[in-house]
Amino acid sequence: MNRAERLRNHLMALPPALYLLLFFAVPSVMMLFASFRYPGEYGGLAPWYYIEDGQLSLDFTLENWLRLFESGIYLGLLFKSLGYALLTTLICTIMAYPLALMIARSQKRFRDLLLLLVILPFWSNFLVRIYAWMIIFSPQGALTIGLNHVTGALGLEPISLMFSSTAVITCLVYVHLPFMILPLYANLEKHDNRLLDAAQDLGANRFQCFWLITWPQSLPGIYAGAILVFIPSLGIFAIPDLLGGTNGIMIGNVIKQQFVESRDWPFGSVLSLVLTGITLLLVLLAAKLGKTGGANSGT
Amino acid sequence: MVHNRPSKTLVSAGVLVYLFLYIPLAVVVIFSFNDSKLNAEWVGFTWKWYEKLIHNENILRAAGNSLIIAIISAAMATVLGTLAGLAIHRGRQKWLPALVLGPIAMPDILIGVSLLLMFILLNVSLGSVSIILAHVSFCIGFVALAVQSRLAGMDQSLIEAARDLGASPWQSFRLISLPLLMPGIIAGALMAFTLSIDDFVITFFTAGVGSSTLPLEIYSMVKIAVTPEVNAVSTLLMLVTLTLITVLSKISPTVLRQ
Repeated sequence: MNRAERLRNHLMALPPALYLLLFFAVPSVMMLFASFRYPGEYGGLAPWYYIEDGQLSLDFTLENWLRLFESGIYLGLLFKSLGYALLTTLICTIMAYPLALMIARSQKRFRDLLLLLVILPFWSNFLVRIYAWMIIFSPQGALTIGLNHVTGALGLEPISLMFSSTAVITCLVYVHLPFMILPLYANLEKHDNRLLDAAQDLGANRFQCFWLITWPQSLPGIYAGAILVFIPSLGIFAIPDLLGGTNGIMIGNVIKQQFVESRDWPFGSVLSLVLTGITLLLVLLAAKLGKTGGANSGT
Repeated sequence: MVHNRPSKTLVSAGVLVYLFLYIPLAVVVIFSFNDSKLNAEWVGFTWKWYEKLIHNENILRAAGNSLIIAIISAAMATVLGTLAGLAIHRGRQKWLPALVLGPIAMPDILIGVSLLLMFILLNVSLGSVSIILAHVSFCIGFVALAVQSRLAGMDQSLIEAARDLGASPWQSFRLISLPLLMPGIIAGALMAFTLSIDDFVITFFTAGVGSSTLPLEIYSMVKIAVTPEVNAVSTLLMLVTLTLITVLSKISPTVLRQ
């Protein structure tokens, strides 16, 4: 490669790199700084230096970080959000597996259509998909009324689906399900069915065929899907905001609150950085699992 | 040869999951034609929620705003994303993929709040401009991916042939690479457009008080009350996305699967 070509390469990378430095890297670094600063009197941040008797002093603090650990509320909420995201990932795996397997074992000419049917709802607006569940879970909705006929007949208290953790997790599953189906399908599609035939010939029953052959081979697909479901579920705020009420809030709601309502930016930054840290760890873990999990890690 | 066909159990489980995916959206669409203020039981067919929508100035203004923002963001993201895709493909800058794909991996809320923080600290007034700047930053990666996947499948020998026949680097790019890349670029542009017009979270943090987009408008509507007017907007929005997807799948069938 000659010099002119190298120069062209760098010139090509320059505009997008500069843009993302300015609008992705710099804001992240500013947030890191903000987490060590004092909140401003009217929201925002207090100045990070002050001049007294002609002497410049810096004004940074660890208070915001300590606050995270001092009050159990925020750590508790973080663990609760991790729990919600984990449960969402589990339910998504359980629901995605049969569908992905069904598509992978369908005739080739139907597969594209069946996949498109998975992706289609996922392209409708995010808020519309949440709104759909607001209708379904509403107290006047057929579902709630029907369930309360049952609970009434059994002599139990009437239940409310709206503003509950059930509503939040159902919607989290609904919104993220395609993220599990697609990588899982990409993996399952590549399996060699002759292995299953061979196992059957050697006397394995259907459960053994699945558990000893299909399942272990599909793990890379599940890991890929789990990352794609877990990370966005963990950071979500719109779903608990609209469906969760006071009991269903997650860490995303508190971050939003710190930045928009109570305007405590330093503490909001601390919570955001914790979320960033968890995300980075998971991405690294996924990259590692993807490498050791075999070649067909899906996309 | 049993394993070439899905078993009956598998098919019924699959159908149930499809129902789970589609029933909620069907509910939204059906109730948008229902002649009742409550989204509870079917009363009768009506167009009135759509008529009401046409006269709702807030919605119309927000929709217009969304459209302008999406067009400008998609145009900017397409140029920058194509460059990024080309640069990543050549692989000279090892740090570039992390920078370009980072915004895709991060939860939306983190991009939203960190941009809000920067805009306020740098005295950038929040409005359509800040929304566009934010949208471009998360769309670049998607365009880059679309372009890169196209590049990966491209026959490199065509370019070498052009160079051997005396084409300058620019000529070989403009006459060979660019036309071959076009489906990827267009697919990326449409994806950026859809992502921008659909985005709620990042817009929520970077919009400020003055400007609104359709998702923000829908959010404030559903925050107050569940009304069939929201069903009508949602149905129209689904129709628009459906059209875009159809176009997208015609241009580049593979890009949807990323």
